Amino acid sequence: MHIHRYEKLWLIIGSLILVVFLAILAIQTFYLEMGPPSHAEMMDPQEVRESELFADAELTEIGDNEYEIAIVAEMFAFQPGDLEIPAGATVHFTLASPDVTHGFKITDTNVNVMVVPGHISKVSHTFDEAGEYLILCNEYCGLGHEFMANTITVN
Amino acid sequence: MTHITDVPIRHKGKAVKAGAIAGISKRDSRLSIANLSIAFIALVIGGAAGLLQGFVRSGFLELPSWISYYALLTAHGVLLVLVLSSFFSIGYLYAGTSRVLGGLADKTVAFGWTGFGLMTAGTVIAAFFILSGDANVLYTFYTPMQANPWFYVGLALLVVGILLNCVGMFITYQSWRKRNPGELTPLFAFFSNAVFVLWVFASLFIAVFVVGMVIPWAFGWVPTIDPMIGRTMFWAFGHTLVNIWMLTSISAWYVSMPKIIGGKVFSDSLARVAVVILVVANVPGGFHHQILDPGLSVELKFLHVIQTFMIIFPSLMTAFAMLATMERAGRTKGVTSLLGWWKILPWSDARFFALIVAMLAYIPAGLGGIINASNQVNQVVHNSIWVTGHLHLTVGTTVMLTFFGISYWLIPYLSGRKMTKTINRLALAQTVVWASGMLLMSGAMHFNGLLGSPRRTANTTYNGHSAASDWALYEMLMAMGGVILFIGILLLVYIWIQLAFIAPKGDTDFPIGEDYNKKDASPLFMDRWAIWVALATLSIAIAYVIPLLDFASGNSPGSPPFLMP
Repeated sequence: MHIHRYEKLWLIIGSLILVVFLAILAIQTFYLEMGPPSHAEMMDPQEVRESELFADAELTEIGDNEYEIAIVAEMFAFQPGDLEIPAGATVHFTLASPDVTHGFKITDTNVNVMVVPGHISKVSHTFDEAGEYLILCNEYCGLGHEFMANTITVN
Repeated sequence: MTHITDVPIRHKGKAVKAGAIAGISKRDSRLSIANLSIAFIALVIGGAAGLLQGFVRSGFLELPSWISYYALLTAHGVLLVLVLSSFFSIGYLYAGTSRVLGGLADKTVAFGWTGFGLMTAGTVIAAFFILSGDANVLYTFYTPMQANPWFYVGLALLVVGILLNCVGMFITYQSWRKRNPGELTPLFAFFSNAVFVLWVFASLFIAVFVVGMVIPWAFGWVPTIDPMIGRTMFWAFGHTLVNIWMLTSISAWYVSMPKIIGGKVFSDSLARVAVVILVVANVPGGFHHQILDPGLSVELKFLHVIQTFMIIFPSLMTAFAMLATMERAGRTKGVTSLLGWWKILPWSDARFFALIVAMLAYIPAGLGGIINASNQVNQVVHNSIWVTGHLHLTVGTTVMLTFFGISYWLIPYLSGRKMTKTINRLALAQTVVWASGMLLMSGAMHFNGLLGSPRRTANTTYNGHSAASDWALYEMLMAMGGVILFIGILLLVYIWIQLAFIAPKGDTDFPIGEDYNKKDASPLFMDRWAIWVALATLSIAIAYVIPLLDFASGNSPGSPPFLMP
């Protein structure tokens, strides 16, 4: 098997670029803790609505401008409804679905996570800039999917 | 354009049955024609659904109440992603294999027709339930959304039919090897076998999932299903499908393109190495669709990212081989200037033009793929319409234009006709129309996705939210791209009808490139598929054993069905 000199060069350079890419991803993931949301915890989808965690959940301040909220992603709404927080607040979202798979995306941020029935998803974000952010479901969940949205207002 | 001498393409100069060179037997060509016919019908209906989607999403059109946007979306996905790609790859690869191996085995033809029957029946059943509004589950049919149970039966028939076609291909491939001991299989047959090996890996995942889990649950024999196992099994299939398209397409780039431009295959052995890496490393790539899923650890996801990146390597090899093939073809014609070989490529030959535009589209398509697979970067684009833009560049442009290019020799080859100058000109125009439509639509999708617009979502203003109002411009561009593309489909249908029934009779060759020199021929063990299948199984095991065991033993409570609608 003969490999042309230029092809060797091209493949070596290409592979090195890929290794550099992977190294950057690894540093971000493991050293800077920027890995994708990967929470592992299970909950029976049929018990989500009545569970201690999700029933009557509301925005709770747990520290200095730090909040947490449990949100039920269901056909075709996020419960509870619209949220309001001060600028600079860090919010820890806990999500579960009582029915089908949903997506949880906040526009103009990198908040983006799947909500798969049977699993609890977690994602956090610090809202530095004021404005009204759109929360939307970005995984098709049925014929009313396009109506599944809320807002989060940062003052 | 210049043709090099039309000598029989056989390794080591072995004599071939007369008649097997010029064309293939009627018996073999009928099977290919049947498969291609269904593929073309799927393209027209699926393309029409896509056109309507563009209109609905941009707010130009409201659908009548009996059909939903999501039914159209399901039809578009199932018909183009599953039906078109499977029938086309079978029709094309069976014809080419018959051409290079001197005919298909009797059993292969039997398996081929049985598989064709099952696939067609499955397609009709699935399409019926999609269009009747009883399967609004999209082509990914994520559980616990549930369609009419017979929709899944249709899908299962389609997959079983594909598996029978795999068996058919393996029979011809292996019987040729038995009859020609000590000889390397022709490169085209090697590609063909690789595609069907991938079909087996893909089909087994989806068959186990649909037949073993979804159908019993959809008929109500089992109360619940685990959605995470479903997602994982689906994407093991779904991403393998992506490389089935790619491998089918690059078979034409590696094998036929050199002949069309009057050159030779750059390196038989490196082509086979690229194929083998794609087959071995491919299936775990499916996990990059699950980077934002719960229940998979950060470490495991990173392993999957590395495995996905391995698929980039053969694409680098392909990029080099294509340009090297073109440059060498020019050099042997006496071109000495640095880039002169690029200028003398047969730009006015529609077969070449469609392929080269497909290759050029693969550059941004591949770069987008690297972005999508890049772990945390995936968070920016996941499930946004950027991803839809990405797959319209990869499948919609690179693969489709390659398929169109193939059809410009495959259809007249099978129908015993010749491409005329007029049809060739129309085909050149079709390529330009298609590429510009896709550039506009896919470009708009990419930008819109970066603004946060979600994929797979009907027209909505999200209560007049300002974020959504920024998307309107791009949605209009998407619809305009859709119109241009539909014009492209109409042009294509006209060209196909001409090539199949009207063009003047004559002999059209199925272009098969020759090797430059013997020392680039592969070692014989490359043909021992047991090695590659074993390695592929190992790479699948590395990726899948931990998560699947985890899900299966995690006391998953499971989900009851939610009927759509």
